[in-house]
Amino acid sequence: MSAGLGNLYQEVILDLARRPHAKGLEDGAAASSHQVNPTCGDEVTLQLHMHGERIDRIRWDGDGCAISQSSASILADLAPGLTREELQVRIDAFRTAMRSKGRIEPDEDLLGDAVVLGGVSKYTARVKCAMLAWVAAEAALLQLV
Amino acid sequence: MTVAEGARPGVAAQTLSDDEVRSIRADFPMLADDHLVYLDSGATSQKPRAVLDAERHFLERENAAVHRGAHTLAAEATERFEDARATIAAFIGAGEDEVTWTGNATGALNTVAYAVGNASAGRGGAAADRFRLREGDEIVVTELEHHANLIPWQELAARTGATLRFIPVDDRGALRMEEAERVIGPATRILAFSHVSNVLGAVTPVDELVALARRVGALTVLDACQSVPHLPVDVRALGVDLAAVSGHKMLGPTGIGVLYGRRELLNALPPFLTGGSMITTVTMERAEYLPAPQRFEAGTQPVAQAVGLAAAARYLDAIGMPRVAAHEAELGARLAEGIDAIEGVRLLGPAVGEPRIGLASFVVDDVHAHDVGQFLDDRGIAIRVGHHCAQPLHRRLGVTASTRASAAVYTTREEIDVLLEGVRDAVRFFGVRA
Repeated sequence: MSAGLGNLYQEVILDLARRPHAKGLEDGAAASSHQVNPTCGDEVTLQLHMHGERIDRIRWDGDGCAISQSSASILADLAPGLTREELQVRIDAFRTAMRSKGRIEPDEDLLGDAVVLGGVSKYTARVKCAMLAWVAAEAALLQLV
Repeated sequence: MTVAEGARPGVAAQTLSDDEVRSIRADFPMLADDHLVYLDSGATSQKPRAVLDAERHFLERENAAVHRGAHTLAAEATERFEDARATIAAFIGAGEDEVTWTGNATGALNTVAYAVGNASAGRGGAAADRFRLREGDEIVVTELEHHANLIPWQELAARTGATLRFIPVDDRGALRMEEAERVIGPATRILAFSHVSNVLGAVTPVDELVALARRVGALTVLDACQSVPHLPVDVRALGVDLAAVSGHKMLGPTGIGVLYGRRELLNALPPFLTGGSMITTVTMERAEYLPAPQRFEAGTQPVAQAVGLAAAARYLDAIGMPRVAAHEAELGARLAEGIDAIEGVRLLGPAVGEPRIGLASFVVDDVHAHDVGQFLDDRGIAIRVGHHCAQPLHRRLGVTASTRASAAVYTTREEIDVLLEGVRDAVRFFGVRA
């Protein structure tokens, strides 16, 4: 196995792919979005559950590769307590890192465990996998405006 | 039925020796890289130098507009272009005027669907009556079709009021022929199906389906994308009415495909694309069309690509398609056996020992195809992951995506073994069988 592959599939990612967090939809979501990656059929349905102005929790369901599924779990771990604007800032920062072709490491202070997905940005074919849940969250946020 | 169905009877084709495959590989510049294990030929094949040289030679020495212009160079270019047509026609057992160029195989299938649509809208006069679809008419496809042989028919049905039906597959993906007899009935006007499944590698019993279609007078349309590069194919012997062939999957260039049609059918179908080069007389009000094949070749054609495709056909012919088929059948068997023997991996399509071309798709339990593909790519093994443009088939088989390895004439036994080792290691890496 190459160093690149080990960097891409960090243990956290493989663990989350086997044992996802916040998976399973729940009633009472303020907004939700279904996103599909047409090239591979990966899909995620993501819900935003709100508590006042802040995100209470994200719930999601989906099917796909280790990258897309672990990314959804990481996002769900990150979101509780954030305002809509704060979540959008994180989505933007994650997208910038993912599109950087390995030049920009995700900011740990802002993105927490999402730093483990940093290696994905060198694999341009996989960036959409990592982004899938985040794109769903962004689309759900738009419904709340 | 054997995989080499359609091979000249009485000739038991020999597989290719390791030395022969090595010498074939030397003709392919892309395969000079020893680290590349290219097992994605079902998506697109690599090209031998003969194809690249033919295109380059045409563009450097013979390039001119074909079928227009009276200068010497134009005449020569036209001759090359028509020679290419004759070569491809001979390669698939068609008459020269039964082969029309398209941009790709998808273009060929859409040409048929839109031509029938135009007939249904009243174009083409009395000669096109036979193609007219009305409400109550049925178009039949199969559940395993590539999207290119499904969506054009969905659209045609929507435009004409015809109903789209399909022959289902069983849990392994085999066509349920007893259902075919039920689905293909008096209302069936078109039967469109793949010669070889691009996901499963199984060979369709063309004879049986053609017989069912003939019984009810339905037009047969064959998607031959995965058969022509890998098996000896004689479209007349198969008895289909129309067939689509891909250029880039049979060692040829991209940007070119072939629509075969029986002469009388092509000449009765109204055109799809219209414009220059496909007409006889044009007034401000109307136009009259050339007979086939030109009536389906509006606008500037992919001339260099046609020349390149002819070189690809000659290249395959020189090896001999029965031998190509025998070689790939052996690789397919090795692939299927190897995959089937790995615990936690499910082989799709024909069971071990049943005929298949040199292609196998599989699913690793609890590991997504994308991850398997990434792991293999890390070792220089290029395979295809996803739904392979056949979402309904994957849905029917209960999977969202699969991993597909597909061989071609230049694929070695060793490459199959490298893949199998890679899949075994991927299973361990992702911890399914830790």
